Amino acid sequence: MRNEKEIRDLFPLLDIKVNERPLIYFDNAATTQKSREVIAEIEKFYLHENSNIHRGVHHLSQISTDNFEKTRTTVQNFINAEYNHEIIFTKGTTESINLLASCYREILKKDDEIIISEMEHHSNIVPWQICCQNTGAKLKIIPIDINGNLDLKNFKKLLNSKTKLVAITHISNSLGTINPIENIIKLSHEKNAKVLIDGAQSAAHVKIDVQSLDADFYCFSAHKLFGPTGVGVLYGKEKLLNLLPPYQGGGEMIKDVSFEKTTYAPLPFKFEAGTPNICGVVAFKKAIELIKRIGIDKIQEHEDKLLAYATKKLKKIKGLKIYGEAELKSAIISFNIDGIHHYDLGLILDKMGIAIRTGHHCTQPVMKKFKIAGTARISFAYYNTFDEIDECVKAIEKAKKMLL
Amino acid sequence: MNISIEEIEKEIIEEFELFDNWIDKYEYLIDLGKSLPKIEEHEKTAENIISGCQSQVWLNAKKKDNKVHFFADSDAIMTKGIIAILIRVLSHQEPNEIINANLDFINTIGLKEQLSPTRANGLVSMIKKMKIYALGFEKTL
Repeated sequence: MRNEKEIRDLFPLLDIKVNERPLIYFDNAATTQKSREVIAEIEKFYLHENSNIHRGVHHLSQISTDNFEKTRTTVQNFINAEYNHEIIFTKGTTESINLLASCYREILKKDDEIIISEMEHHSNIVPWQICCQNTGAKLKIIPIDINGNLDLKNFKKLLNSKTKLVAITHISNSLGTINPIENIIKLSHEKNAKVLIDGAQSAAHVKIDVQSLDADFYCFSAHKLFGPTGVGVLYGKEKLLNLLPPYQGGGEMIKDVSFEKTTYAPLPFKFEAGTPNICGVVAFKKAIELIKRIGIDKIQEHEDKLLAYATKKLKKIKGLKIYGEAELKSAIISFNIDGIHHYDLGLILDKMGIAIRTGHHCTQPVMKKFKIAGTARISFAYYNTFDEIDECVKAIEKAKKMLL
Repeated sequence: MNISIEEIEKEIIEEFELFDNWIDKYEYLIDLGKSLPKIEEHEKTAENIISGCQSQVWLNAKKKDNKVHFFADSDAIMTKGIIAILIRVLSHQEPNEIINANLDFINTIGLKEQLSPTRANGLVSMIKKMKIYALGFEKTL
């Protein structure tokens, strides 16, 4: 890690006080803070560049179109996609999944099968349920074990010639499990099933190479990797995206329109109807550049240390139970303390300036599996420190005293 | 002689004036939560549950001698503390008094600002549900 202060200075909101205490921001799985460069880019766009894209011949439109498309190429390189038109901009991971599910509604037939897992976020469950309701396809679920690992033996049994799509999270947002997606993709392809990876929790934390993974589809959100909200990515292999029907109709996505017949624009515009979040996409480039400058290996190394340190310290708190102890884990810790409701804990930590998430984290099936209503969740980003963990552990001890 | 809603509100405001920091205020709410009698498991039904709270809240009401009596429970202790205050103010009152109560004390004692927006929404839901019970009882008069 570079100088700790140097890194934290890049994120102005980390420097504020909450309830008269220095903010400790441990809710990075929900969203990360934004870098100065991202914020400056947003301001620069509206002060100097604002214009609609791909339409005007005028000066400003050229600038914003160029900058918008530069981000597409930056994302392409970031995940090592073969072509930049394989990068579709959406408003977030949720929309990316819905886009694909909506296209699959046109393709799937009765008795086709989609496989998801028990640890999926609701955004990777509900769109497929809707898809199945509309097509008569069946949704199959890979169970998880008590440590939060996918049951791969079961997965192999579920896979068959009817399986059309496997939609799996790269990293669980409530348990932190890093799934063996390379293996999952390989096994799925052996049965000719396509694979969507939900990378919402992974893009800022682990290296992504869609070509070496051979992922068919991969999606993530800008706001979870230091970028603006309202920007997401759906990567898809060119061949597959070309086979899919369009998602939404409107401007930008057409080639020719008449009342008799409309032809669609080529990739990526076929899937980008309407004016997108131009400013957000332009500023997103700065976030990716920052990650590249730091180096994803460095980020992972630091976060692994934070995870190990925090896990060790939390386990010393009497009555504290951690949910999700997979061998391969990202910097997310879900826990409860005997006799304490996670929400009470969250409220008291907030009073001490510590931001954590409480609740079911949009993964109710996971909560059901562990027979709990919810958990308290700590999630780290590269800018978090060991001192913050020490402070948080002290605060948890204090809250425990107040509540028990 | 029954104490009016306004008088109870005034008492609570005076009690909260004694606290000069959040810890004392929270500890008081936690104590109130712990002292609130639990409701029976079989009374924790889907109809009694209040939506809008991150924690689960069950609220029940009965009428006796034209007075409404509230019973409530929650799985979170701070939530129970808040319910305890609401019950202290609104229980043992006549339905029309409950319906017309302004409950300005909530802002005065800083309950709304002390709690997160999601919790404040829960607070609104709790009051709404109590008033709906009162409204139901008024109609059956």
